[in-house]
Amino acid sequence: MSILLDEQTRVIVQGFTGDKGTFHAKEMIAYGTNVVSGVTPGKGGTTHLGRPVFNTVKEAVASTGAAASLILVPAPFCADAIMEAADAGVRLVVAITDGVPAQDMMTVKRYLWRYPKERRTRLIGPNCAGLISAGRAMMGIMPGHIYARGAVGVVTRSGTLGYEAASQMKALGVGVTTSVGIGGDPINGSSFVDILALFEADPETEAVMMIGEIGGPQEADAAVFVQEHMTKPVVGYVAGLTAPKGRRMGHAGAIISAFGDTAAEKAEIMRSAGLIVAPSPAELGAAAAQALRRRASQPVLVQQ
Amino acid sequence: MDIHEYQAKELLAGFGVPVPKGGVAYSAEQAVYRTTEIGGSRWVVKAQIHSGARGKAGGVRLCATDADVRQAAKDLLGKVLVTSQTGPEGLPVHRVLVEQALPIERELYVGLVLDRKHERIVVVAHPHGGMEIEEIAQRVGMRSFQARELAFGLGLGAQQANQATAAVLGAYRAFRDLDATMVEFNPLVVTNDGQVLALDLKMSFDDNAMFRRPNVAELRDFAQEDPREAEAAEHGLNYVALDGDIGCIINGAGLAMATMDMIQHAGGEPANFLDIGGGASPDRVAAAFRLVLSDRKVKAILVNVFAGINRCDWVAAGVVQAVHEVRVAVPLVVRLAGTNVDEGRRILTNSGLPIRTADTLSEAAARVVAARQEPA
Repeated sequence: MSILLDEQTRVIVQGFTGDKGTFHAKEMIAYGTNVVSGVTPGKGGTTHLGRPVFNTVKEAVASTGAAASLILVPAPFCADAIMEAADAGVRLVVAITDGVPAQDMMTVKRYLWRYPKERRTRLIGPNCAGLISAGRAMMGIMPGHIYARGAVGVVTRSGTLGYEAASQMKALGVGVTTSVGIGGDPINGSSFVDILALFEADPETEAVMMIGEIGGPQEADAAVFVQEHMTKPVVGYVAGLTAPKGRRMGHAGAIISAFGDTAAEKAEIMRSAGLIVAPSPAELGAAAAQALRRRASQPVLVQQ
Repeated sequence: MDIHEYQAKELLAGFGVPVPKGGVAYSAEQAVYRTTEIGGSRWVVKAQIHSGARGKAGGVRLCATDADVRQAAKDLLGKVLVTSQTGPEGLPVHRVLVEQALPIERELYVGLVLDRKHERIVVVAHPHGGMEIEEIAQRVGMRSFQARELAFGLGLGAQQANQATAAVLGAYRAFRDLDATMVEFNPLVVTNDGQVLALDLKMSFDDNAMFRRPNVAELRDFAQEDPREAEAAEHGLNYVALDGDIGCIINGAGLAMATMDMIQHAGGEPANFLDIGGGASPDRVAAAFRLVLSDRKVKAILVNVFAGINRCDWVAAGVVQAVHEVRVAVPLVVRLAGTNVDEGRRILTNSGLPIRTADTLSEAAARVVAARQEPA
């Protein structure tokens, strides 16, 4: 098992025929993802990468039974694309797009809440690298070959730092169930807590790594969740110890503006909540291996 | 993106927020002319820079005559003002705001922010020295009654509460309609004759939304920004100057922060944050080198690229081209990982350039910290 995505999941791409859509859809297909069709308004009825193109998400869902959508449309149109997918009943939407206005995300989140829980869309991103279930399927822009299949779930704000973690783990023979990029924006679709809950429930995931950064309350919320609700060991790391206050570090959400926003404060909260805090970003892989050993020594939780 | 106080006042006045009579001036003559427009017998001349704490730094002058206004404007314009928030280099004053000076009875604080926890616009208010009051805009937006609750909660009488309600609602509408991230009345005042006015106003905007707010975007004042950061933005790079001596060129914001942390862990200090983004073309890499080297403190450079979308061989070619184009006189350490990494390393080795390579993050950090003492 993995979370959210496997080789069966029927995936569409919104922004399918654009340069980015084409490039990443090819990579996803090559990795084994079940890309069934794409959506580009105005290009409906044509074929791209051997798959049908539709004008609307509703048509794509009706014709191909898509359950998940990867969004690669430009920032001004991203919120609309997410809401279109939600309205068409797509259960999982992964928005890669960077630069979405924060108030658009406020609108999107309220829009998603209009639907009853049994048909509500789960949004990952925006401004993220996407997600990958190692060796099975990917919806995103990551280099698939750096992920080994294994038992550690990864959830990260940063794309490239997630790659760094995956490759350190692979070098130590530690693999990944699913790696989820939740994105670097101040308002995002899924939080650390949302993804941690899925990993806790996934029988194949034995340990979890969460990679945060400066700014916002989500890392501290996640630490509380780990302490209260998780049986699996969790590794934590927060990037930005050297970041100055009040300066935006690349990501729209990476800014120290309130108490508890700094990397040191967040790491301390994680430590006191019982997480294994990686002492440096070069020790992410080693910390994951340590978490797996800790899991193996929990006799009460051995799988039957 | 930040704007000046006078710009925030002009914008918010359009949304019904009461502000003192006044106007901007770029010269002492204009400042004096403003007094005739405003009328009255007492004025303040306020330096316009992107920083608070201007009063304590001598940037706000109370004047009783035209001659005082002329002198205050002369003193301030063209000067660099150092406040507790600007850092020792200060910020240049190119504009002053001339306003009527009013006798003040009460000062209040009201701030609107985009709250990340609630994912809503939150209004925070407090009477000076009193308890903080918080209202969260509802799903349907902020309602009049919420603004009224705030106003009465601040202890205002009926007359003033009405005016304060209009001010808060106006600020909320401006926040929403202009894609702001922060509006701050610090303070909102009640004058001796019972008027409620925004005595000082601060406003910040969502950079991601400026594509649809051209009339806000044009208010950007590049003179208030670090010239290197402005230049970086032109090349699609994200640069933040820091105090250390190790220049950083990295792809991805998270990896950039982690690499800076790793440098510190290895005993060094980063000179900058620099995210070159996903598609690191040779031109962009060259621009990054020029930017990092424009900081005289830099004694060594670390390039750390984890290729996902792009490929290590392209990045390596970009680095080699950039080193040829831009004279790099300090030691250079390059760490490549990800797609086509072997080919990338081969390009660096075969270039004949004095490039130190590293395979892992920790090796890269240790090598660049050591390289500071070495010749290029």
